Amino acid sequence: MDFLNAMVVLANFVVIPALAYGAQLALGALGVTLVYGLLRFSNFAHGDTMAFGTMVTILATWGLQAAGIGFGPLPTALLALPVGIAGTALFALATDRAVYRFYRKNRAAPIIMTMASLGVMFVMNGVVRFVIGVDDISFADGERFLVTARDFRDATGLDEGLAIRMTQIITLVVAGVAMALLFWFLNRTRTGKSMRAFADNEDLARLSGINPERVVRLTWIIVAALATTAGVLYGLDKSFKAFTYFQLLLPIFAAAVVGGLGSPLGAVAGGFLIAFSEVGITYAWKKVATYVLPEALAPDGLAQLLSTDYKFAVSFALLVLVLLVRPTGLFRGKSV
Amino acid sequence: MSEPLLIGQSMVGGYGAANILNGCTISVQRGEIAVIVGPNGAGKSTAMKAMFGMMSLRSGSVMLNGQDITALSPQDRVPLGMAFVPQTHNIFTSMTVQENLEMGAFLRRDNIHATLEMVYYLFPVLATKRHQPAGELSGGQRQQVAVGRALMTEPRVLMLDEPTAGVSPIVMDELFDRIVEIARTGISIMMVEQNARQALEIAHRGYVLVQGENRFTDTGAALMADPDVRRSFLGG
Amino acid sequence: MMRNVLLFALVAALFILTGALQSWNSALGILNMAVISAIMAIGLNMQWGYAGLFNVGVMGFAALGGLGVVLTSTSPVQGAMAAGGWRILGALIFAVAVIVLARILWLRTTGKIRYWLLAACLIVGAIIFRIIFDAGVEGVESIRPTLEGNIGGLGLPVLLAWPVGAILAAGAAWAIGKTALGLRSDYLAIATLGIAEIILSVMRNEEWMSRGVKNVIGLPRPVPYEVNLQQDPDFVAWVVRHGFDPVTASSIVVKLCYLGLFGLVLAGIMLLAELALRSPWGRMMRAIRDNEIAASAMGKDVKARHLQIFIIGSAVIGLAGAMMTTLDAQLTPSSYQPLRYTFLIWVMVIVGGSGNNWGAMLGGFIIWWLWVMVEPIGTAALSTLTDALSDGWLKAHLQDGVAHIRLLTMGVILLLVLRFNPRGLLPER
Repeated sequence: MDFLNAMVVLANFVVIPALAYGAQLALGALGVTLVYGLLRFSNFAHGDTMAFGTMVTILATWGLQAAGIGFGPLPTALLALPVGIAGTALFALATDRAVYRFYRKNRAAPIIMTMASLGVMFVMNGVVRFVIGVDDISFADGERFLVTARDFRDATGLDEGLAIRMTQIITLVVAGVAMALLFWFLNRTRTGKSMRAFADNEDLARLSGINPERVVRLTWIIVAALATTAGVLYGLDKSFKAFTYFQLLLPIFAAAVVGGLGSPLGAVAGGFLIAFSEVGITYAWKKVATYVLPEALAPDGLAQLLSTDYKFAVSFALLVLVLLVRPTGLFRGKSV
Repeated sequence: MSEPLLIGQSMVGGYGAANILNGCTISVQRGEIAVIVGPNGAGKSTAMKAMFGMMSLRSGSVMLNGQDITALSPQDRVPLGMAFVPQTHNIFTSMTVQENLEMGAFLRRDNIHATLEMVYYLFPVLATKRHQPAGELSGGQRQQVAVGRALMTEPRVLMLDEPTAGVSPIVMDELFDRIVEIARTGISIMMVEQNARQALEIAHRGYVLVQGENRFTDTGAALMADPDVRRSFLGG
Repeated sequence: MMRNVLLFALVAALFILTGALQSWNSALGILNMAVISAIMAIGLNMQWGYAGLFNVGVMGFAALGGLGVVLTSTSPVQGAMAAGGWRILGALIFAVAVIVLARILWLRTTGKIRYWLLAACLIVGAIIFRIIFDAGVEGVESIRPTLEGNIGGLGLPVLLAWPVGAILAAGAAWAIGKTALGLRSDYLAIATLGIAEIILSVMRNEEWMSRGVKNVIGLPRPVPYEVNLQQDPDFVAWVVRHGFDPVTASSIVVKLCYLGLFGLVLAGIMLLAELALRSPWGRMMRAIRDNEIAASAMGKDVKARHLQIFIIGSAVIGLAGAMMTTLDAQLTPSSYQPLRYTFLIWVMVIVGGSGNNWGAMLGGFIIWWLWVMVEPIGTAALSTLTDALSDGWLKAHLQDGVAHIRLLTMGVILLLVLRFNPRGLLPER
């Protein structure tokens, strides 16, 4: 019984939150890794792209709500998501046209493109703050819980409750669908394969008649879709705040580097690895330990390795460790 | 002699200020093999790249099947029936053999099955490794993938930049056999080779370039027999 | 040369105009921060302009400079060392020992076992560290928490804190440089972005050290206090004789004192930076930047040189950070924002002219002035624009949003300069 209780606590406070967070990071890291693999630079504007996409989705959600349109037990934001994706894709394409294309044509060094992405970051950040402000915005509506702690306790007779929030399940389902679609597209379709070919060997792709500008446009549309989805899911699960999204850049980059920059599979693995490390290291294990360990061994303190304020330190430490030990990442990404 | 399928006429050009090509003319007939040989720095690869549009010419022209293509970009020459196999980085290492071939056929909208089978027939070893990443193959097999990818565009002329660089003599012989076979199907071949002797043996037409100019031009066999060519370029 | 003089004259005109139209007090206030920003920009320019190193952790190094001020110049808190200070110190030494041990284990072993040994060493080390450390922290933080609750500093003169700030920043730069230099240039960017966030979260949370979000206020100043000047009869008599208001005059005099100090530092750093750039060492640095492969083929140790310049540049940024905290007379960890402290400095360097110290300095002055003035200018412009609009939701929203226009402006400036004038206002010679 104690063991079951311990497992329930573990699932409630570690496994489920980390799964949801990991899925959000993985979607974000996929965007970073695609830009890196196909456009060959580290996009520092990615956090703000997520914020921009979420902002458009929130505006569309408000519009739908004002029109009295809902999505039953599901959040209205899911209905608004396509609008957000379309808006972000348009913005990303416009940015590419106005900023990145010039450097691509001149074959500028990747670091110059990265620098330009700083400028884009400033602009997007300014736009988001100007339009929607800097405050915390909560835009999740519909049912709050799929399973409440009380229902779970009543149904199982255990001391501990397991609460599964709607947003967590939505995150997992939507992220799962998005990743499946992406991998199907990259590995099974002609266009997807041409994107992989372009990432692998740009010159040879040109020799095969693959149109580079078309690949680039597609990349931005996919990246915009991934970033918006990641941002909306994160915002539904927690809340939307422009600055928080900027800060997500660190765990997202860490996930992409840990998995191997340029490797989509690595980005997904990296996302979950970072999320589980972050949640696991900042969780107070006292309750689990009290259930599992004999009384004499039960910890006095919280048994928390690191305070939650240091969650960024976890992704950073993993990042540094990977850079030191295996700079190409777990899944052998592109060049060091 | 009939009109050549592909001809680069009096080509002049180079990278930066200095010219590498100084008026050389190179052509290939339908279904024939043309080989460009010459000392290092003679502009062999440059001449072929210029004919594929990878370097712009200061003067001279490139004609494909009677059509002037001098101004076209390499991408625009692919649909007209030209295919190019670079010397290095000529395969998609992270993709499978089959995917490499599919990418070769990217521009085609028709059924590529017959061409695939032809490539697998030419290079049987690729058929057995079709689902393996191309980067895991041996050097000779990689070259086969590279040639196979180029064949997938159904080219009228296949251009090979030193296809045997860095492969063993046995693999080289086999590769040359395949090239002869490809030419028999009606595809013209133009290639640059360091292994001049072996290449001229299979060549219908050989070009000896020196400093971007034609020094000798004749059938492969005639060049092999010419004492001047033998002494200066074939090592006796 | 003409261009240089002209541009600097333009900057001077900007500040004089601000003084004449707004007030001399605020013009001097902007100028003091501009001098500090210019020093930060010079530090960053050493890294990017001399060596091509992409540091996006300026904020962290500046904050470490500020921490240096607290740890050096505040007076020691009575009984803090006994209450837990020694324990904390011991725990930190223990942490260093664990890391050294982990490194030795990693180097001495091979195969799968090395991963397990590394993990075991770090995890056991972390647990023991927490046991030693936590008790110490609890002890220190329980001392008069509303006023102190930290270990305080060494009580040394505040000017001494500036080099200490530089040393702290240099130490962090050494650790990060050891890890990320020699890899792809983007990795240094990601690593510095991370270290800056972590330095800040440490400063926000380790109350025993920096009082966290409770801030450290009332830091000692190297110049007189306004209040003291106003109570000094000689001073009051002197300013009144010249027809000034004593309150305004005291504030201006204090700012001028700071300006003198900061100007001296700026001049010193500028002199050293220019001498270094023209020395054989500077030529070698630029040779490495322009062609790393050729330079390493000629026997230059590229990684070591990069580490060197990265440390020096970060130290300059740390020094400027310490000066800024001294000017504010308080350390407020929650006020450090990457957009303001890291990316704004980048805009200064790019706009001014990367690779040219004078350019970085010019960029520092111009961009800081813009950063401060864009908001009032934007407000004024917007209010004339929105005058036509009727009062309502849209007008209110636009007026609220004007504060964020400067981010947009900076982004647009950065993009325009990168695209159309990538060598900046004063290009590298």
